[in-house]
Amino acid sequence: MTFRLSSLAHATLVAALLSASGAALADIVVYNAQHESLAKEWVDGFTKETGIKVTLRNGSDSEMGNQIVQEGKNSPADVFLTENSPAMALVENAGLLAPVAADTLNQVEGPFRPGSGKWVGIAARSTVFVYSKSRLSPKELPTSLLDLAKPEWKGRWGASPSGADFQAIVSALLELKGEAATLEWLKAMKTNSVAYKGNSTVMKAVNAGQIDGGVIYHYYYFGDQAKTGENSKNTNLHYFGKQDPGAFLSVSAGGVLASSKHQQEGQAFLKWITGKGGQTVLRTGASYEYAVGKGAASNPKLVPIAKLDAPKVDPSRLNSRKVTELMIKAGLL
Amino acid sequence: MSDSATRTAGRLAGQPAAALPLVRVGRSRGLVFWAGLLAAVVSLLSLMPLGFIAAETLAAGKDSIVELVFRPRVAELLVNTMQLMVISLPLCILLGVGTAWLTERSNLPGRRWWAMLAVAPLAIPAFVHSYAWISAAPSLHGLWAAVLLSVIAYSPFLYLPTAAALRRMDPALEDVAASLGHRPLAVFVKVVLPQLKLAILGGSLLVGLHLLAEYGLFAMIRFDTFTTAIFDQFQSSFSGAAANMLAGVLVLCCLLLLLGESALRGKARYARLGAGSARAQSRTQLGPVGALCGLSVCLVAAALSLGVPLWTLGKWLLAGGVEVWRNEWLWPALRQTLLLAGAGALITVAAALPAAWLSVRRPGKWQRLLESGNYVASALPGIVVALALVSIAIQWARPLYQTLATILLAYLMMFLPRALVSLRAGIAQAPVELENAAQSLGCPPARALWRTTLRLSAPAAAAGYAMVFLAIGNELTATLLLAPTGTRTLATGFWALTSEIDYAAAAPFALIMILLSLPLTALLHAQSRRSAGR
Repeated sequence: MTFRLSSLAHATLVAALLSASGAALADIVVYNAQHESLAKEWVDGFTKETGIKVTLRNGSDSEMGNQIVQEGKNSPADVFLTENSPAMALVENAGLLAPVAADTLNQVEGPFRPGSGKWVGIAARSTVFVYSKSRLSPKELPTSLLDLAKPEWKGRWGASPSGADFQAIVSALLELKGEAATLEWLKAMKTNSVAYKGNSTVMKAVNAGQIDGGVIYHYYYFGDQAKTGENSKNTNLHYFGKQDPGAFLSVSAGGVLASSKHQQEGQAFLKWITGKGGQTVLRTGASYEYAVGKGAASNPKLVPIAKLDAPKVDPSRLNSRKVTELMIKAGLL
Repeated sequence: MSDSATRTAGRLAGQPAAALPLVRVGRSRGLVFWAGLLAAVVSLLSLMPLGFIAAETLAAGKDSIVELVFRPRVAELLVNTMQLMVISLPLCILLGVGTAWLTERSNLPGRRWWAMLAVAPLAIPAFVHSYAWISAAPSLHGLWAAVLLSVIAYSPFLYLPTAAALRRMDPALEDVAASLGHRPLAVFVKVVLPQLKLAILGGSLLVGLHLLAEYGLFAMIRFDTFTTAIFDQFQSSFSGAAANMLAGVLVLCCLLLLLGESALRGKARYARLGAGSARAQSRTQLGPVGALCGLSVCLVAAALSLGVPLWTLGKWLLAGGVEVWRNEWLWPALRQTLLLAGAGALITVAAALPAAWLSVRRPGKWQRLLESGNYVASALPGIVVALALVSIAIQWARPLYQTLATILLAYLMMFLPRALVSLRAGIAQAPVELENAAQSLGCPPARALWRTTLRLSAPAAAAGYAMVFLAIGNELTATLLLAPTGTRTLATGFWALTSEIDYAAAAPFALIMILLSLPLTALLHAQSRRSAGR
């Protein structure tokens, strides 16, 4: 009973605070393409602090980005969270995003927000080549992502081409090397690679020695190592570095929809995620994604962002539709 | 998904309906009009996805059709689908007919038990079969894995109707053939097998439709079919032209299967002629070698189709311990599954009522046309229905978008025939004279219907309800696409966890789904025995 009273008192307090600033306490709907576990940690922390309830609708980047575009002005979503920025750029280009509040933008490091200020980076993830320790020695590793198109890699590497993560990596490749080179690389990939569904499954296959290596993001490895390591114990990570397309650092994005009737609550949610509370979840939680807030440290187990030597890519220029189109052309979708 | 089981039951239960003499209802023209109208609305609704795909294809124009359909990827998917069909179907038939013969027509030791074990795999949703195998043998993938799992998961669809047909068969024909000097094998091939034609065709159609529609089973073992490719497209572009074109090709494949089956059926007579009832069948006495072979076939089939799933599931449950039962999504998922399945089954049974009543009381050309519309619609894979409904709701019916109404409508479209066949059999057994008598005593037609026929067919309605309920409980694809925000069912929860390869946490979801499906499986088993009249 005391618990219920105290939480009631808390909610009343927050409601009073919010109504003092001229707003009623409203629940929000978040279209979430981020890992559900991470989004849930964020939502729990946010709701605890503000009393604002958040309902998650889970999906994947491009699916939800296109969904919001098709829903247009009547989208039921208030906030959109992605794993990679191309899907957010899609929504931005359709003119469906409200500007992010200035103090939220200022909480985040420069490279992780677009010039337009229509959305903001909420986390980041690095491309890696996960490889089997028993099947590849360090000197046999590819020096560039582009090497994987060579005939000697036929049947030896895997990826999850239907996933948004891999498609974001391709969008970086497209931005850095142009359409013709990307299509050629994708066609070679169709012959060379083994297609899995999901990055965890790729890593699991490498770990089981079914393939030599795979193109995934870094945190799958760290997440598994932190648990039992049963899907990663025979693997290692190779960072391409040297500003190679394979060293692409992908920005997870958050934005408030212009059509949302709960602007204040939506903005508060973004502010919380990019602020101390949300970024601490990245450092201490089980997600192992990079923190992007100013002065926010990432998990100490990760290779520091500065050492990744990632290529410079303007996140708002990444084109997810073109990537889908090229992948259809290459027969990967 | 195991949206399956019930079509078989339908086929089994539906058979007596045709045998009843037609009796016209007296003064119920108004009732017939309303029932006809309602049945027509339901049928038209069911055909909506088909109309959507056709309209989208036309709207896309020739160039984009050529670009999106006539490409190597589609050819690859077609080859995959063909290979899967051509290899799995004969194996399913062989296993299904073989075990049916062993349990029904031989003196195989423990045949009653083997009969139950042959049906039991139906209680395990197809994607749980896949989950079990992939966590036991992680390298399992591609065509042969797909064939193995399809045979394991779907051969009960052949076992059930074949076993039922074998029981109904009049042994006199076989005796005549034997007396003419045919050896037992020749008797089987020339006399028994032709009589099994309808059962085998019906079962094969079901298996074929499932091979086309299944998502979870094939996605997990990395075997690309049209359904998995459409899902990939959906994840990359939500509802886009490429997905719709693939759906168009998939729909064509389904229609081809339907046409193929009805062309092969023929018009031969299968019922026995003559007075009295058929003599009990004699069982073939297996020698020691024969018994051993029969036992090992049954044992291997049961080990693969039940042993492996239960063993892996047990392993994960043990590894997960109490912890996995504390998953905060588990109980809400069970609640939401029960809610969705409960409401969906209720609506579906209610929607099936007018068509079922008409098909018994006023059969005719129009009624048959309406009914075949329902069957065509239910042959469409869940992914196609869902894709069409998402697009239609988002463009033209926004208030229905992401609501309970849309997902329930999808369930209605997909599972209507299950309720229909059950209800039809029930109504056919309710004497029309009672309805007439009630009317002659002054009851208005609608109330007469309610107080006689509907009351008498309540058990059939309940059976139909159970079948739809369990089909919804295991549905994955349409639920993933259409469920209202914040909804999580056992199937989608299981899917989310296995996608993150958290196999231990997924195990309780799988176990509850199996437990929910057990009653259906028992029902099917009982029904297949009842239709034998024993």
